[in-house]
Amino acid sequence: MKNSQYQGNRIINSVIRITGYSSVLFVLLILFFLLREGLPALGSTPLASLFSLRWYPIEGYFGIVPLILGSLLVTVIATLIALPFGICTAVFLAEVAPSWLRDILKPIIEILAGIPSVVLGFIGILVFVPFIRKFLDIPTGLTAFTGALLLGLISIPTIVSVAEDALNTVPGSYRQAALALGATQWQTIWHVTLPAAKSGVLTAVMLGIGRSLGETMAVMMVTGNAPVMPVHLNSIFAPVRTMTATIASEMGEVASGSQHYQVLFFIGIILFLLSLVINISASLVSTRSRGRAERLLS
Amino acid sequence: MRRFSPLVFLFILFLTACQAAVNSTAEVNAALPVETIENKGSDTIVNLALAWAEAYQKVDPHVAISVTGGGTGTGITALINGTVDIANASRRIKDEELSAALAAGYDPQEFIIARDAIAIIVNPQNPVDHLTPQQLSAIYKGEINNWSELGGDDLEIVRLSRETNSGTHVYFLESVIRLGNPKDDAIFSADTLLLPSSEGIIAEVKENPHAIGYDSLGYITDDVKMVAISSLENPADYVLPSIQSVNDNSYVISRDLYIYTLEPPAGVIKEYIDWLFSPEAQQIVRDLGFVPILKP
Repeated sequence: MKNSQYQGNRIINSVIRITGYSSVLFVLLILFFLLREGLPALGSTPLASLFSLRWYPIEGYFGIVPLILGSLLVTVIATLIALPFGICTAVFLAEVAPSWLRDILKPIIEILAGIPSVVLGFIGILVFVPFIRKFLDIPTGLTAFTGALLLGLISIPTIVSVAEDALNTVPGSYRQAALALGATQWQTIWHVTLPAAKSGVLTAVMLGIGRSLGETMAVMMVTGNAPVMPVHLNSIFAPVRTMTATIASEMGEVASGSQHYQVLFFIGIILFLLSLVINISASLVSTRSRGRAERLLS
Repeated sequence: MRRFSPLVFLFILFLTACQAAVNSTAEVNAALPVETIENKGSDTIVNLALAWAEAYQKVDPHVAISVTGGGTGTGITALINGTVDIANASRRIKDEELSAALAAGYDPQEFIIARDAIAIIVNPQNPVDHLTPQQLSAIYKGEINNWSELGGDDLEIVRLSRETNSGTHVYFLESVIRLGNPKDDAIFSADTLLLPSSEGIIAEVKENPHAIGYDSLGYITDDVKMVAISSLENPADYVLPSIQSVNDNSYVISRDLYIYTLEPPAGVIKEYIDWLFSPEAQQIVRDLGFVPILKP
């Protein structure tokens, strides 16, 4: 009896170990595949052409700069929208809301996370695009800002649920101590709970940024996809083309192994590197700030 | 026992599902085997191809035709990669696509199965109702940027186009922006909005008085206004797109629609393609707003 139990343990342990290692293996395989398909672009396309300012691949213009800037612009604005909303919602849910209200709000936010982005894109086209054009009196509502609004909506649930979990792990004794010292609820939240949960909240934000950067469908439907350089102040309210939308809309047509195909994979490498940088900085920031928060509270 | 009842229930469900699957296979086997024709390509043709596939079910119930869109380039790439039997194309096969197919040892066949007009559309509020080909080219090259330069209101022009994988996009580039001159290397203005679907273009034009777009005649709804276009030869003679004006060649932005097969068609594919030229199939072309190749 004991022996068979031991064996069962061993089997389950090794299954868990294999699944754990397999995710590392998958990432490595994806990276290998991306590099194998995308790096030849550096050979077939001169760097000066690759980093030029015009993207029109069917006539041999392979400038990816407008696409990179387009993605960055949309992601930055989306983060600026989602950050305050997401964190305030998380604070409200974890610290302020009575439990009956939390029981209603939490599932609703989870439903928001589950709405497919193509559905949000559709709502964007029918509601946001006409509204933004008329409200701001601009030539078209298919703009970077419209895309960023939708991305904000998409990344808020991610930020809320991760940040709320982080706030919930702050021990109740911290809050009780702060309140006992005469701090108001707001002072407790701002000076005690949020700093204590800082690493989790920052992870939430970084996950939200990653979500915005990688989102494709909704962005493709509402940003207009014009590969213009977003370098003016009013570029926020003009169409842009993101890297993800470019890959999604063009990958189907290219002949496998052609120059266009390689450049699309090269864009994939850049996206991969960008999300890698976001993830690494997230873990750096969270480990460093955990040290500080612990010092603060010890 | 009570504890396991959901599991038991699931197991029974699983068994009944197996039973159903076995049954349906048996029915098919009793009759003739169903042959499937995979059909992919131009989004312009996809509705037409779907209507044909549906009508062909009555002609020959033992042939199932599966139709998907994705764009002409997508369809031809899939054809060369061997994943589909028929590629729908709203432009002729490109030289590099043809040589890729020949290099793979195939002998691609081309069929013109309908004709199509590309309508230039604006918002119904826009007073501009006719343009010359040169004006249209200048608009899309970014040389004309305000409707007031064309006799309209003082509004910035918002240019709409399909994505570059669309055969309509390539046709528009070659025949309208470059006015059919193969040596011209003009391209779309960079601020042209590239929308992923025909519906996206119609939706934006319907709603936005700044916008100009183009779309296949079969997709035009009453919510948008078509613009009359003149020809290079008769710059003062503006014509609206219609079946009539395409057939007498007075509307210039028109083109043939194609299907391609990898080999000279045989068997069920040949029967299907032969049927496409029948009066019945060409009536479907007319019903969907395209131009039949048989004179009525």
